[in-house]
Amino acid sequence: MNRRKMLKTSLAAMSALAMSSVSGRLFAVPATSNRLLVVFLRGGYDAANLLIPISSKYYYETRPNIAVPVPGSEANSALMLNADWGLHPTLRESILPLYASGQAAFIPFAGTDDLSRSHFETQDGIELGQPINQSRNYQSGFLNRLAATLSGRGAISFTDQLPIVMQGSVQVANTALRSVAKPAVDARQSALIAAMYRGTLLDQRVTEGFSIRDEVMRELTNEMDAASRSAISAKGFELEARRIAKLMKDKHNIGFVDVGGWDTHVGQGGATGYLAGRFDELGRGLNGFSQEMGSQWRNTVVVVVSEFGRTFRENGNRGTDHGHGTVYWVLGGGIHGNQIAGEQIRLEQKTLFQNRDYPVLNEYRAVFGGLFARMFGLNDAQVEQVFAGVKPRDLGLI
Amino acid sequence: MVDVLRANFKRKPFIAFLLVSMAALGACVTGNATRSGSAIDPGANTANANLLMAVNRISWGVNSSTMQHVAKLGLSRYLDEQLFPSRALPPAVADQIAAMSISQQPLVVIVQNMEQRRKDADAIKDDDAKKVAQQAYQAEMSRLAREAATRTLLRAAYSPNQLQEQMVWFWMNHFSVHQGKSNNRAMIGDFEESAIRPYALGKFRDLLAATAFHPAMIRYLDNEQNAANRINENYAREIMELHTMGVGGGYTQHDVQDLARILTGVGVNLGTAMPTVKKELVSQYVRTGLFEFNPNRHDYGNKLFLGEALKGRGLAEVNEAIERLSRHPATARYVSKKLAMFFVSDAPPAQLIERIAATFTGTDGDIAATLRTLFNSAEFTASLGKKFKAPLHYVVSAVRLAYDDKPILNAGPMLNWLNRMGQPMFGRQTPDGYPLGEAAWASPGQMTTRFEIAKAIGSGSAGLFKTDGPQPIEKPAFPQLANALYFGQLQQTLSASTRNALEQAGSAQEWNMLLMSSPEMMYR
Repeated sequence: MNRRKMLKTSLAAMSALAMSSVSGRLFAVPATSNRLLVVFLRGGYDAANLLIPISSKYYYETRPNIAVPVPGSEANSALMLNADWGLHPTLRESILPLYASGQAAFIPFAGTDDLSRSHFETQDGIELGQPINQSRNYQSGFLNRLAATLSGRGAISFTDQLPIVMQGSVQVANTALRSVAKPAVDARQSALIAAMYRGTLLDQRVTEGFSIRDEVMRELTNEMDAASRSAISAKGFELEARRIAKLMKDKHNIGFVDVGGWDTHVGQGGATGYLAGRFDELGRGLNGFSQEMGSQWRNTVVVVVSEFGRTFRENGNRGTDHGHGTVYWVLGGGIHGNQIAGEQIRLEQKTLFQNRDYPVLNEYRAVFGGLFARMFGLNDAQVEQVFAGVKPRDLGLI
Repeated sequence: MVDVLRANFKRKPFIAFLLVSMAALGACVTGNATRSGSAIDPGANTANANLLMAVNRISWGVNSSTMQHVAKLGLSRYLDEQLFPSRALPPAVADQIAAMSISQQPLVVIVQNMEQRRKDADAIKDDDAKKVAQQAYQAEMSRLAREAATRTLLRAAYSPNQLQEQMVWFWMNHFSVHQGKSNNRAMIGDFEESAIRPYALGKFRDLLAATAFHPAMIRYLDNEQNAANRINENYAREIMELHTMGVGGGYTQHDVQDLARILTGVGVNLGTAMPTVKKELVSQYVRTGLFEFNPNRHDYGNKLFLGEALKGRGLAEVNEAIERLSRHPATARYVSKKLAMFFVSDAPPAQLIERIAATFTGTDGDIAATLRTLFNSAEFTASLGKKFKAPLHYVVSAVRLAYDDKPILNAGPMLNWLNRMGQPMFGRQTPDGYPLGEAAWASPGQMTTRFEIAKAIGSGSAGLFKTDGPQPIEKPAFPQLANALYFGQLQQTLSASTRNALEQAGSAQEWNMLLMSSPEMMYR
């Protein structure tokens, strides 16, 4: 059975699950179900230096200090993906192999119709996933609505706080894995606390909280053991992403994590420099995640998003300012990767949105709706529950 | 009693602790609810427990000194005192606040200094030097916001005017402004100090007007971008949806559009120069601090707002719109419902809302009078002890119970706990404010985090009494929770399971941690 078939078979298992009542552990989901991890790059990353429009003269004209060189032109230049697009060279070891083997794809010109160019408003708007220009329910994020549609179990946010995207009618657990401290409350004390809550309304939540905490600690013990056997220890986002994989491969089917540090107004660098370092860390993290998921990688889809792209031209500080359209990444062991997906245009001065940014040609709710429909076998009515008034677009990635 | 105490603490290190507790018992004071004349049940033990729980709800949380004070006054007089606050902060806390730069410099000076720093940093040519300057600017902005947050926490924990402090937070949340937008970190302290605090128990109309004319609100909801023929509806919509009438309050899209037109020209001026204004409109120009009404940007056409004509004539239109909004029956209902959600239950009964709204309307939006109706209701009494604490309530009540009137030296740990529990001070990104109901907070991760916090406080090692800086001073601060208040009143409110767990504590630290972790501590 190849990966794609596997993904389809597990869809059947998912719908069977939705019909049966789930008992026992709150977050238990069957090992065969499909998994989704959304990675939010907060700050609006410079997508034009990630997926480089190598055939656009205008890109090289307007980025004299920060452009990534044409493939093959120098030792450290863009990695050719097709005639129009290249990948940032820092991702040679981490993302390029995934792309080449059909396990990674990019969707340029993706994003939202929100034009505020404000980090907060655009992030909030994306996370809510509700139509703009009308009253919004600020306590209903789209991943929570997805969780509600999928029997309401298994979502987890790997963040300190429950982000808007995960807020809503379904109780979602959260635990940040960036840095994990050993709990101060020990096992005996936990048992005493649990006993105080027995029979109260909070009983199950207290028990569940301890159980997730213990689960994280068990995974970390393994991590430390591995380190002591002189395995190379990961750090930064790679460490975090590997930890996420350890939790997601067993019990959770919808995950969310955010990564900051993308608001590069000043001195962002080109083939090397600040932004290259961020890409490197992100790429290693996503590659580490794919490895750590093991046999479950074939059932997993990772989508990397950001609130907006940045200005096509560099600014006066060798950086870029808030823009509009961006590039989404889609990775997974069972996807139709090795392609640049969605509607595209040639990048010239006259095709820029408001003469400064990437336009949005692939509206994110339609794109996510299409992915969810394929991944989780959602019908139109179910997609409607997640993204009201949106016609899902199938970009042929799954 | 001594036998009970012995059963509580079986291990040796507890003898000293036990003696302290017993000595404290001698000074035990119990409340006298029968003098209160409130709806609270006068039966002896129940009255005690109810009194404790009523004070727990009206305040940021009970502690010994507050209960002693209430015992002298009775609940009714305590409520009067809380509705018309006049007591001063403890001097040590007042001194901490007076030393802050937000107390020493007016808003205009703070903001203009910061603007200059921002411009200076932007003008630096060298990339690395520029980054350093920009980081220093950001650090100072964060320091200003942290001062404001620290001030709020100090007042919540130590002010004798507890209800006022709760209402300050309630309205800060109702008129929520996110500190992360634009330069709001420099303005958030003043927003609380001059737009919210003076009116927290006053007239709703004054409160609404003060927020509408404050630069932090104007910036946060984009009204500085709102101009004739370039309408930005954001603030107009949120005023009606979130600040006054509420969704479904009966306003139309047309009302939003015309309120946005009414608000055109209301903006912020961070500089010292006056903008160019047409000669015939110069007399209409208004500048107060950072607030600016620019008639050049105003739409002078006539409007139709909430079913009535509103004559186009400049800033006076805004005042008229605020009048109409604050006196609208939908506003009375919406504000009353939120007050009841904060002080009674997540889903308050419609009848209660109607009665509170009737007082609101009958007193022309007098907040203290409206609250009195709420506190005197049978629904309030029946709800005591059943409202799940939001993170801020949990943190402040824990610190109040643990340290009573002993002022903390560092609010940093409290701010970190609030971050970890998802309710950072001034950190709500969306304009709707933090949710008031249990569903938003009682998550599995949250409960585990609260137990960790309980342990940090219970062990006395939380860092609340350790100053920041290169040579930190740390005062010993072990919380004395097993005190007269506990044995005289708190204990009666605990379930058998909680008491049973407390009896198994192996140390004073652990006993404290268990009390702070108990289900009873999660509710107010």
